[in-house]
Amino acid sequence: MASTTPGITGTGKSMDILRFATAGSVDDGKSTLIGRLLFDSKSIFEDQLESVERTSADRGEEYTNLALLTDGLRAEREQGITIDVAYRYFATPRRKFIIADTPGHIQYTRNMVTGASTADLAIILVDARKGILEQSRRHAFLTTLLKVPHLVVAVNKMDLVDYDQQVYERIVDEFATFAARLHARDLTFIPLSALHGDNVVERSGNMPWYEGSSLLHHLEHVHIASDRNLIDVRFPVQYVIRPHKSTDPELHDYRGYAGQVAGGVLKPGDEVVHLPSGLTTTITHIDGPNGPVQEAYAPMSVTLRLADDIDISRGDMIARPGNRPEVAQDLEAMVCWMTPDRQLSPRMKLLVKHTTRTARAMVKDLHYRLDVNTLHRDESATGLGLNEIGRISLRVTQPLFVDDYGRNRLTGGFILIDEATHNTVAAGMITGAR
Amino acid sequence: MSRSATSLSPSQLDVLEAESIHIIREVAAEFERPVLLFSGGKDSIVMLHLAKKAFWPAPVPFPVMHVDTGHNFPEVIEYRDRRVAETGVRLVVASVQASIDAGRVVEESGRRASRNRLQTTTLLDAIEQHRFDAAFGGARRDEEKARAKERVVSFRDEFGQWDPKNQRPELWNLYNTRIRQGEHVRVFPLSNWTELDIWDYIRRERLELPSIYFAHTRRVFERDGMLLDAQTGFANRGEDEPEFAASVRYRTVGDASCTGAVKSTAATLDEVIEEIAATRVTERGQTRADDRASEAAMEDRKKEGYF
Repeated sequence: MASTTPGITGTGKSMDILRFATAGSVDDGKSTLIGRLLFDSKSIFEDQLESVERTSADRGEEYTNLALLTDGLRAEREQGITIDVAYRYFATPRRKFIIADTPGHIQYTRNMVTGASTADLAIILVDARKGILEQSRRHAFLTTLLKVPHLVVAVNKMDLVDYDQQVYERIVDEFATFAARLHARDLTFIPLSALHGDNVVERSGNMPWYEGSSLLHHLEHVHIASDRNLIDVRFPVQYVIRPHKSTDPELHDYRGYAGQVAGGVLKPGDEVVHLPSGLTTTITHIDGPNGPVQEAYAPMSVTLRLADDIDISRGDMIARPGNRPEVAQDLEAMVCWMTPDRQLSPRMKLLVKHTTRTARAMVKDLHYRLDVNTLHRDESATGLGLNEIGRISLRVTQPLFVDDYGRNRLTGGFILIDEATHNTVAAGMITGAR
Repeated sequence: MSRSATSLSPSQLDVLEAESIHIIREVAAEFERPVLLFSGGKDSIVMLHLAKKAFWPAPVPFPVMHVDTGHNFPEVIEYRDRRVAETGVRLVVASVQASIDAGRVVEESGRRASRNRLQTTTLLDAIEQHRFDAAFGGARRDEEKARAKERVVSFRDEFGQWDPKNQRPELWNLYNTRIRQGEHVRVFPLSNWTELDIWDYIRRERLELPSIYFAHTRRVFERDGMLLDAQTGFANRGEDEPEFAASVRYRTVGDASCTGAVKSTAATLDEVIEEIAATRVTERGQTRADDRASEAAMEDRKKEGYF
């Protein structure tokens, strides 16, 4: 259960972080659900609540509209819509939570893809009266495309179907059948009413037939530690640290390779390989933010010192001799196109940013455009417009050190940048390389 | 990574620290002329501490800049100068008074006059003058609802403006750092930290803070339910606003003319954290007169180029 203090525990005790994305529209009660989680976990402050109560009353609304807590921009409040990804924070004594609150309509697919890219878990909202809609399938598909490890289907507005178990079971059956096709990994269903708080923080007396956890209980207990890749050592070099001007003779020779671990566990004494050179050496020291550490793993930011003097620069990769990423200039990838400015089309030239390396790239081929509602592959497509998803071949001017996105989200994901406008125009998930 | 390194699961402060360091290094690697905005407030203190860690044992490879309204708490300026000297970074001071003297901005008049909004012009002029292409700010997404929509690396056009409806998508830990000459980005390494994360981290790292964060006796007066400083003379106190002495501390540190103090006897870090953990009001709602102008006060200022 939540602490009695807003936002945080303040105990200084160690807890972990769960990042989750919520997908749904205002009609599904998504903002109400988030408002309810914040409110019932006492993460809402009095001045925030007063402001929302005042606005609700001014609008003549029957209940305090908790959706107003999350819609931050003027246009959103005026139009009653969510435009962008908003990040919200709350904590219980068990966990700190970061919510990526994304709008659910098809024209905001790119926002959902963005929110899902860093999420440990996604909540898909389904209106119990309406059942599985086209957009529920789309949300489930995008969640699995982005390899969000845990999926919660929140069957909302149970109060409006008299808390009827059969309504709930029908939705569960239909969704589970669909999700099986998507290879969804960890799927949990929870019947709830965000408006009244049933099964949000506390288990509801209105649905005695439901034997699972409340939503908050599930969020607090879902096991995420093993979602990280602790097997394949991947260390993209971000920055070379050389304090050579120092008068301290010990520091004069210091040469460290700074970066954030993207996979595996690194230890002093480990033999490692540098890419692209292919030279092997040994880790002598790992400097963490608070001094030397004996092991480093994702998502730690550390600095490696190596036994041999190898020419290493930003954009290079450190891995294990017997477990290397693909060194590839030809990539197969699923991409989500994110700009209205122009369409993705074959022969288009773009910048690719992958780990710490940026290179020029050309779209060699568009294999198909995927209908995100039906999963139909349109192989006759000649381009991808805003919010469309397709499979492409990409030729890069210099080698990238990549893994399949399904194996490692950090070494398998990339963004495409338009060289003319400098906008981020696509998110890519690598499915193959050579 | 001391505490929990053996279980391969870092604590929330370790994860936040690692993320911030990654952001700071990424910006240092990809921009020509970054600058770190340093006010002497708790968030910028944490940010400077993280920048030191990011490049250790090398020095921080960019200067810090203070946008100085001239309405400062002397304790904070003393702290700023000491911290900058200890860290060995170069300090750039961008002065609102100089902007007023040069006719770039006009001083507000009346009882509620504040230099808060004038800072935007001073900040943008300084960014242009020094050709900074990336400015680190200590803003957090939990502070305010317009901030909740801001990117970590947030694009500003050649007028320094933020367009909230046209932001670059930000995926995984990949940040788009491409800009043209004359444009810049604001970078928020503390985006995912909450107020209490900051305080927990200050305690864990044993960071020193300016003394006004702790309870002290101060002459104040009351306006709109907030206690404003009567000691520095920067807030225009009306004759119907009697001054009195109270035991207070500051929860945020900003311009002395519009930053409210809270009644408190919390004299140590533990006591302050205990009070903040139990408070029922947001830090900006409790202590910032500038945010009370309208529901969208922060959004409007941010669009113009505010912090």
